[in-house]
Amino acid sequence: MSSEYILEMRNISKQYGENAVLTDVTLNVRPGEIHALLGENGAGKSTLMNVLFGMPVIHSTGGFQGEVLVDGESTHIASPHAALDKGIGMVHQEFMLLDGFTITENIKLNREITTPSIVSRVFGKNLETLDMKAMRKDARKALDSVGMQGLDEFMPVAGMAVGHKQFIEIAREIDKTGIRLLVFDEPTAVLTESEAEQLIGVMKNIAQSGIAIIFITHRLDEVIQATDSVTILRDGKLVESKQTKDTNIIELAELMIGKKGEAMVDLPERTSPLTDTFAMSIKDLHVDMAGEEVQDVSIDIRKGEIFGIGGLAGQGKIGIPNGIMGLYEATGDVKLFGEPLELNNAGSALKKGLAMVSEDRRGVGLLLDQSIEDNIVFNAMQVNGEYLTGLKPIFTQKNGREIRKHAKRMIEELDIRCTSSVQHAGTLSGGNQQKVCIARALTMNPKFLFVSEPTRGIDIGAKKLVLETLVKLNRQQGMTVVMVSSELLELQSICDRIAIVSEGKVVDILSPHASGADFGLAMSGIKPTKEGADV
Amino acid sequence: MRKSFDLKSFLTKNAVTIMFVLLCILCYSFSGYTLSGLIGQMVDRLTRNAFIVLALIIPIVAGMGINFAITIGAMAAQIALLWVMEWQIPGVQGFLVAALLTLPIATFFGYLVGKLLNQMKGQEMIGSLILGYFATGVYQLLFLFVFGNLIPMTAPNLVIKGSTGIANTLDLKPLNMMYALDDIWKLSFDRALYVVAGLFIAYALIRYLLKKLDFKALIRAVVTMVVICAAIQIPVVKGWFATIRIPMVTMFVIMLLCVFNVAIMRTKLGQNFRAVGQNGVVANAAGINVNRTRLIAIIFSTVLAGWGQLIFVQNMGSLQTYGAHEQVGLYAGAAILVGGASIVKATNGQALLGCLLFHLLFLVAPAAAKNVFGDPAIGEYFRVFVSYGVIAVALVMHAWSSHVKAKPENAIKEAGKLATDNT
Repeated sequence: MSSEYILEMRNISKQYGENAVLTDVTLNVRPGEIHALLGENGAGKSTLMNVLFGMPVIHSTGGFQGEVLVDGESTHIASPHAALDKGIGMVHQEFMLLDGFTITENIKLNREITTPSIVSRVFGKNLETLDMKAMRKDARKALDSVGMQGLDEFMPVAGMAVGHKQFIEIAREIDKTGIRLLVFDEPTAVLTESEAEQLIGVMKNIAQSGIAIIFITHRLDEVIQATDSVTILRDGKLVESKQTKDTNIIELAELMIGKKGEAMVDLPERTSPLTDTFAMSIKDLHVDMAGEEVQDVSIDIRKGEIFGIGGLAGQGKIGIPNGIMGLYEATGDVKLFGEPLELNNAGSALKKGLAMVSEDRRGVGLLLDQSIEDNIVFNAMQVNGEYLTGLKPIFTQKNGREIRKHAKRMIEELDIRCTSSVQHAGTLSGGNQQKVCIARALTMNPKFLFVSEPTRGIDIGAKKLVLETLVKLNRQQGMTVVMVSSELLELQSICDRIAIVSEGKVVDILSPHASGADFGLAMSGIKPTKEGADV
Repeated sequence: MRKSFDLKSFLTKNAVTIMFVLLCILCYSFSGYTLSGLIGQMVDRLTRNAFIVLALIIPIVAGMGINFAITIGAMAAQIALLWVMEWQIPGVQGFLVAALLTLPIATFFGYLVGKLLNQMKGQEMIGSLILGYFATGVYQLLFLFVFGNLIPMTAPNLVIKGSTGIANTLDLKPLNMMYALDDIWKLSFDRALYVVAGLFIAYALIRYLLKKLDFKALIRAVVTMVVICAAIQIPVVKGWFATIRIPMVTMFVIMLLCVFNVAIMRTKLGQNFRAVGQNGVVANAAGINVNRTRLIAIIFSTVLAGWGQLIFVQNMGSLQTYGAHEQVGLYAGAAILVGGASIVKATNGQALLGCLLFHLLFLVAPAAAKNVFGDPAIGEYFRVFVSYGVIAVALVMHAWSSHVKAKPENAIKEAGKLATDNT
């Protein structure tokens, strides 16, 4: 007996500790359909898929509530291997291919066809000889079925175009016998337009052969173009599940982003309105930061404004501050208060009055084994030579009294929760670590502050405090602030303007009061027109 | 379409090997060795050392770098040998019993080494190196205190006279174990060549009959062999090889290991070695048990190294109880790198070539130094300096090339490039 759905995930809920990441989510997929799973970062897409594949991260954190039915039967999927046994396969976002192996070897990885020999009869199955000929034939078939007729199955994967690798990855999944459901995790993210089209063609072919597909993507046009039905998640909750033909791209964008929520902080009025003098002019900026590439970004940031940079993860928004601060290799023209800024030189960027609160708190942001006060004054000491006494400039010593005084003031001002200013930074909670980072940036007396993902991984109360701190700095000291964040709501609540970055480029600069649809379309790389998107 | 020969990339890829060839030629010209004398010495050294170098290949393929812990395999062999001497088993039987005894001991040691190396992924080389030093201490405790003291030894000359512990040097001659393997069957060089050529032709013929080789390739193989056998008839050439006798059994054992190294890579297990070696994450995602595969690789390597050490010792004729194993890992590692292997890729050919070049330099460098500087010690210094230097160079080159390779691994950029190419 076959049920209407190949996969039903009923009322799935999942908490990580106190933090609910999925609440009562239901996903139904019919055999042979392409089902889009849509949502922003953090909407719960990957957690839902982790539940489906029985990933260790789910089980080690207390499992989940709800029920998973495969082909109408309630099942317990304990591991990715068990998922495969049930006929559920995954096309990974990052390639699971071995560069030194040929295409054939990759497609047949750990599913090699072997023939027994005398040795293997004695010492076991592991010593059976590989049957390259049979493996090659299977690989050829799989490659043909994904439309890669021109690709030699004996070519090594190393040096192959990303697009081809993606298709090999798919061919491998198809080659697995008994596959009934395939999950594509943002497969088009690394493809060129023509390749993406080809991929969608292949997906349709696969679906026609009766295999259901879950298509995780943030490109709305592809959802419309390729899928039969769509499920939209937001903040771990099911927003809507409907037939693709009953909806359109604008509605999808709106559903994905949602209505503008309550402002998180109160914005005091500016004493003087913003002028058109630019604090920073960025022209043709390229940044070579793996996974967060920036390609040809030009933005002008007005003096005294809070400028937001948003977009989905991995699209390049984090690369912008990192590139300008000289942490990653960058090219382009950046002017700070009219003066050209030397790129690829972190020291000079700091000297010029730029400061940055890094998104990587534990990596480059903080010296975890050092005290809070040392962390706060570290840059000022190293770069500006402040907080030093002794015989300058060679035999210098830390000026302990000054440092402590300053640290105490900062701890008070930013409300850093700690036992004393000599507590190690590594023992603080995430939110308080973030405040130490901000304190350090402020100690540089910056004229221009980059804040990258300031609220990542900290609780809601701390979030509010961080945002309020930024607003206070801006309003009281007139500091220009650029905030990079994946959370649109935060950007909307404090920014004057928000640039949305997709695939390394600025798609659009929007007002915080723009509609959810505009933001949603921009995030999937479509620039909205004045009257709404032109579909 | 074949790629045209690129001289520059050939030179950079084989820089170490080429440097060694040049060094060997230079030292040879000052060494005063005659060619025939040199060839005789080299045959000796190759049959003595090649096996242990070949034992390094599997861990390299499995992504664990050079297994310096083969030292521990050598210790296992020496423990086995000690007991064979205690039991007074003579000649070939003694050698075989030692080999058999080495198997469980080295397997156990290899298991422990593998377990430890699995805890320190990415640091295997330094790990195995230090582990070798550590094991030397345990070995000394075992040989100075446990054997001959807690466990008494009865055979003559095993224990230090008037003291406890195993003697510094164990002589294999009284038990007829010197050349136990080498002397089973020895042939003069030209006869050995005929045997090998005959086997090669037979192998080609079988492959042809199984339709795995076309007729042209068969003819080519036969003609090559005949030409080589004819070349040896030229009096000058014959002169070079006149005094050389080849230990056929030892050579066959080495050839067998080469065949084994190739054959294992064509099995499921070999495919797992290669997969794990290239990328543990991907292999794991495909369901391969990464830790187990690495464990097996190290066990293989340790056991093979033990047997290699036995071959070495029977050729030397005596066992330096406390020193024979010490430099094994270092010299074998340097040799395989000289042959053009890297810490991520190695073949039989590279191991054999490296062994040849490395030991050639060992021979000619002190002789050349003696002739030029009047002091063979300079040549000694030189070869020690060279063996460490080679390893350092190989590590730097690996770090450098993987750094260069890592650069263009940039998905979006490549996709962008592709897009512009398409338009």
